[in-house]
Amino acid sequence: MSDTLGLWGVPVAVLAGAVRGGTPFLFVSTGECLTEKSGKINLGLEGVLLMGAMSAYAISYQTGSPWVGLLAAGGAGLVLGFIHAWLAQQPKVNDIAVGIAMIIFGSGLAFFLGKPFIQPLAPQLPSLDFGAWSGNPAIQSALKVCPLFFVGVAIAVAMNWFFKSTRWGLFVRAVGDKPDAARAMGISVWWVRTCSVMAGSALAGVGGAYLSLFYPGSWTERVSGGQGMIAVALVIFGRWNPVQCLWASLLFGGAQALGPALQSVGVNSYYYLFNASPYILTLLVMILTCSDKRQLAGQPGALGTGQ
Amino acid sequence: MIPNAFGAEPEIAVATVAAAPGLRRPPLRWRSKLESIVIPGGVILVSMILFGLFVALQGVDPLEVFASIKKASFGSWFSFQNTLLRAAPLMLCALCTAIPLRLGLVVIGNEGALVIGGLCATAAGLQVQTAPATTVHVIMAAAGMATGGLWIMIVGALKQYRGVNETISSLLMNYVAIALLNQAVNSWMKDPESLNKPSSYPIPDDKMLQPFGETQVHWGLVFGILYCLVAWFLIHRTTFGFQIRRSARMSAPPASRGWRSGPVTLITCFIAGAAPGLAGMVEVAAIHGRANESLNAWYGYTGILVAFLARQNALACIFVSLILGGLLASGGILQRAHHLPDATILVFQGIVFMTILYSESLYGRFKFFREEAA
Repeated sequence: MSDTLGLWGVPVAVLAGAVRGGTPFLFVSTGECLTEKSGKINLGLEGVLLMGAMSAYAISYQTGSPWVGLLAAGGAGLVLGFIHAWLAQQPKVNDIAVGIAMIIFGSGLAFFLGKPFIQPLAPQLPSLDFGAWSGNPAIQSALKVCPLFFVGVAIAVAMNWFFKSTRWGLFVRAVGDKPDAARAMGISVWWVRTCSVMAGSALAGVGGAYLSLFYPGSWTERVSGGQGMIAVALVIFGRWNPVQCLWASLLFGGAQALGPALQSVGVNSYYYLFNASPYILTLLVMILTCSDKRQLAGQPGALGTGQ
Repeated sequence: MIPNAFGAEPEIAVATVAAAPGLRRPPLRWRSKLESIVIPGGVILVSMILFGLFVALQGVDPLEVFASIKKASFGSWFSFQNTLLRAAPLMLCALCTAIPLRLGLVVIGNEGALVIGGLCATAAGLQVQTAPATTVHVIMAAAGMATGGLWIMIVGALKQYRGVNETISSLLMNYVAIALLNQAVNSWMKDPESLNKPSSYPIPDDKMLQPFGETQVHWGLVFGILYCLVAWFLIHRTTFGFQIRRSARMSAPPASRGWRSGPVTLITCFIAGAAPGLAGMVEVAAIHGRANESLNAWYGYTGILVAFLARQNALACIFVSLILGGLLASGGILQRAHHLPDATILVFQGIVFMTILYSESLYGRFKFFREEAA
């Protein structure tokens, strides 16, 4: 990329990375946002992401249609989400611990079932080319965008509207903030939480499908690289607001692309540390914004209290 | 109440509250003792059934799989050594989660503390590699424990003074530690001869931790068992341990902050983090001989499972680590004998973990295990 653009390759690569690498973050963070708004944490999205990536790839390979693969990924997310929701709502069970168990189980299952699919090539999702006007191949490849990106943006905006302006959105927020009050209103806390966790998990599954069917576009055991783990951090970063989760995802996608982009122009002295920049960034933001006196603005009241 | 490390007043308050319901309890409480044996036993049985069903769905006879696991982990002295080798780092890693759980903190930074401990132990060992072997080992162990301890102490301090969620911050710090390791072995510490797998310069062979006699077992196992014993003694038999346990009771929701005293949190987190730091040193000094990505072998994440399975009891961590060490050691044979992928063990671990968590909700649910109220 830098061969034709020189130093300009860095911002182009970072912007392209923000869209391309940010899309899976977008799906896991909006999914986690919905889950946490209902008052439970799902730390297990890493397992869901891997299961989504594996099932999308396997089904796409076997049926020849990536869209069926996408559906399968969403379905795998729903199933894992149901297990998480059911376990995390048992009395005296810590939802964070359930998340760790789901990471182990989900990734184990994905590696187990996905072993035969590491070699073959599955049909990939199509891309929309916005770069046809440019003669520069670097810009052309940077502007190849997966339609799932726009779906993700639409979901983030729609979820924001859902929380703010719909009856069901109010139910979710009520259950997440004051479960007892919600119960008094006649809302079934169990159902609202189960549906929220399952829907959030399905979104993460779709994010996994994006990984194996678009970018990087193959199924390996390292395909997710911990992206599901930082969903929780992204939501804190985005203050439990889906639209801010969108910006946070783009920022993380861009930060992820920074290391390789700098390496391509010859700056490779701190390549591996640059790869950790999203994690360091989240940690810094948490240190700067958290306080031991109060909860963060926007944080659901019942989150992490076991209610 | 003002948080105070050595304040006497809160202790009295807690002691009265804690004693009140048990005042007229019958002397022999066999029912609740039985409960704490039957439920974990049921967990193992149920997860074996679930795993057996999973394996059967793949067309493999579950009984043969269990027989293979048993053979590969405890079947012979040779395979048992393999189990012991894997159990040693697991014990140390488990303490990193088990000890802070006593404070009411869910710390999952085991992997990061192990990696950073191993990296710094290597760096320190390379500095003094001309010294006698024992000196090298002591310095490496001190470096590993100090950095691992500080690593988790940062997590504790962030929780204590900034209210940063300890689970999330320790998770993030795992990635930072792995990035530091990769950076170090690819630049500052890189041995130019390690091409396929970037590594640090090696610790000289005669300065490695030697196995005992003709066996493969080395000092790591002794360190692991000793650390667990000391941690158990510290938590259950000292005043400091009482302060730790008091913090957990007081930090129960909704008053989740403000009770834990700063020094107790920091020291506890240091002790917890020093354990995986020592595991990292052992992995380098006894097995790999140099720092590279092999350090990042998921012992940390399995350690979290051990801590929960042992219900935060440091003594139980020893036995649970032996069982899980055996499970890890049997990964190879499942592949060779039954053509099951290595991830089979991961699936089994996941099933066991989920069943354990579910079993937490069963304590106190059965009438049979309740002590009769006199």
